[in-house]
Amino acid sequence: MAKKAKNVVVDSEKQFDAIRKEFQTFQILNEKGEVVNEDAMPSLSDEELKELMRRMVFTRVLDQRSISLNRQGRLGFYAPTAGQEASQIASHFALEKEDFILPGYRDIPQLVWHGLPLYQAFLYSRGHFHGNQMPEDVNAFSPQIIIGAQYVQAAGVALGLKKRGKKAVAVTYTGDGGTSQGDFYEGINFAGAFKAPAIFIVQNNRFAISTPVEVQTSAETLAQKAVAAGIPGIQVDGMDPLAVYAAVKEARERAINGEGPTLIETLCYRYGPHTMAGDDPTRYRAKELDDEWEAKDPLVRFRNFLQAKGLWSEEEENEVIEKAKEDIKEAIKKADETPKQKVTDLINIMFEEGSWPYNLKEQYEIYKEKESK
Amino acid sequence: MMSTNRIISYAQAINEALKEEMALDDRVILLGEDIGSYGGVFKVTKGLFDEFGKERVIDTPISETGFIGAGVGAAMTGLKPVIEIMWIDFSLVAMDQIINQAAKMAYMSGGQTSVPMVIRTQGGGGRGNGAQHSQSLETLFAHIPGLKVVAPSTPYDAKGLLKSSIREGSPVIFIEHKMLYSQKGEVPEEEYTIPLGKADIKRSGKDVTIVTLSRMVQFSLEAAKELEKEGIDAEVIDLRTLVPLDIETVKESVKKTNRVVVVHEATRSYGWGAEIAARIQEEAFDDLDAPVQRVGAEDVPVPYNLNLEKEMLPQTKDIIQGVKKSLYLQMETV
Ligand SMILES: Cc1ncc(C[n+]2csc(CCOP(=O)(O)OP(=O)(O)O)c2C)c(N)n1
Repeated sequence: MAKKAKNVVVDSEKQFDAIRKEFQTFQILNEKGEVVNEDAMPSLSDEELKELMRRMVFTRVLDQRSISLNRQGRLGFYAPTAGQEASQIASHFALEKEDFILPGYRDIPQLVWHGLPLYQAFLYSRGHFHGNQMPEDVNAFSPQIIIGAQYVQAAGVALGLKKRGKKAVAVTYTGDGGTSQGDFYEGINFAGAFKAPAIFIVQNNRFAISTPVEVQTSAETLAQKAVAAGIPGIQVDGMDPLAVYAAVKEARERAINGEGPTLIETLCYRYGPHTMAGDDPTRYRAKELDDEWEAKDPLVRFRNFLQAKGLWSEEEENEVIEKAKEDIKEAIKKADETPKQKVTDLINIMFEEGSWPYNLKEQYEIYKEKESK
Repeated sequence: MMSTNRIISYAQAINEALKEEMALDDRVILLGEDIGSYGGVFKVTKGLFDEFGKERVIDTPISETGFIGAGVGAAMTGLKPVIEIMWIDFSLVAMDQIINQAAKMAYMSGGQTSVPMVIRTQGGGGRGNGAQHSQSLETLFAHIPGLKVVAPSTPYDAKGLLKSSIREGSPVIFIEHKMLYSQKGEVPEEEYTIPLGKADIKRSGKDVTIVTLSRMVQFSLEAAKELEKEGIDAEVIDLRTLVPLDIETVKESVKKTNRVVVVHEATRSYGWGAEIAARIQEEAFDDLDAPVQRVGAEDVPVPYNLNLEKEMLPQTKDIIQGVKKSLYLQMETV
């Protein structure tokens, strides 16, 4: 190796050491489900702890069923979620109903727990516009597919919440790959400049399609990117539901308090393929790495933790599994029964009534005529 | 030596063009998301990483502005970047680097610098990929002085045109079609190139001229086959490149047929069909026996649902209808 540069003006090693020291992975439950950070334990009641577990189990079943429904051709676009339950569900668990979610394409579970009926989530997967129509009381955008775009929009949503004096936050999700986009930097910087109440969650599942996170950046953590925007950043063990919950809860308090946004990186893993559209993860991931991460599984960990407290049993888990299967069956049925969308529907939803460009009016009339036959 | 009739896919043909040009000129580098050992999401760069290594086949962070901008810088200082934008829709993230920068650098440096860079990407619908993964945006680029725009329809054309594009001294937007990657066609073993700006008559006919490109060439050929059964003899012109535009070939054809139907997958309003129609009426008005017809997508985003997508995007039957209209023939109502 070549001789190192002198580093008189700036001691890069010292700089990196300081960053390393400040960006340690935050954990509350270790892989066995033992509490290793008693001081940081969030105050959750036994019932709340159980509810968090129920939601994670439900979400795992939803993932398994969605994958098989996709294989049967009964669902369309689907990005698997198993391995990210702590990151997705525990982060959402720290939110309130009035909070606003800007999800990515993998974040269907958070939408569902925020109130999007399951049958609509399925319609979204099938490309039916009703799947994108949030119910009146669900504060959320439909899932973003252009990597990074939700980050800048979240800054705007947060700005609006602040301006209207709402005690609510905007929460947005992206993956590790998303942190390479200009939109990512612009979003966290903008929200930081205006102390907008936003929480930026980066789910670092280590891969962006085939590209490992090491190719995205030289930064040792993604959380430290917060420093450049002048906002707090934290890396949490994203397989530890309590750590994720505590980090988001605190970020929310800061935001509501007028102290601005937080960047949270959750270290997690997607067990499945990137999406169901033909990705084969064995082409870029070693089995050993899969095994290493599956040993950290959030459900296993939380189950151990709850069982040690006498809060969880196999029967309870089976009940959740059965309920999930039942709900999914119902939802698919309801999705099947939803009237098919028509071309005139698509034209209808583009502009406000009465403000159509002439060409659309023409096309609308033609299709209306066709559809009436 | 004559080649055997070798049949390969559109994706393979593009792969070969990249491989040959990289072997020929070590200034050629590839940049893009998942193009390395993964070989690209449409497998177009398969094997190139192994052959040319990570210095020349570069997996990038997800930052289109980053790697197109880097491409502009590298191109201005001696490299020949060939950039893959996974979906044409994502080029929109990097429009400043493409339109304000790449397209204008030669002009703004008084001709002192140039940007010999190719942006390879794929567009179009047909796969149910939804509104932000199915657009036909070629007009957007063709509208900008300083860019050349290529959109091949066959493996043979794709290979020959990509090789020429890589040898160009100015930025080229090379638009592949996602539904064509697996289409097969004859491609000779021996080296050849196809110059930019030369249309290709894919079928000659005397009654009507269909002007088209990319996937719509196939649809137009199918339409021509159907029309033949009714005694209508259509000529199908594949423009192959929008910039430069080979309007001469179109005008020659109009002299013979006196009727034109322009077919593109892009939305009809403000599409490049309007440009062709305008050029014909400016330069060949006296040869026309009927107004120029345009067949294009309806003016709504491309639906995700496959059935609806078919409704919105031009189909063979729409082309047939357009042709009949230009011939003032009674159409059955659809
Ligand atoms: C602007 C843009 N560029 C590229 C893509 C193609 N693409 C879709 S998902 C993906 C990987 C995203 O990885 P990451 O952000 O880590 O999220 P993950 O899928 O791992 O949840 C890419 C490159 C896109 N959708 N949008």
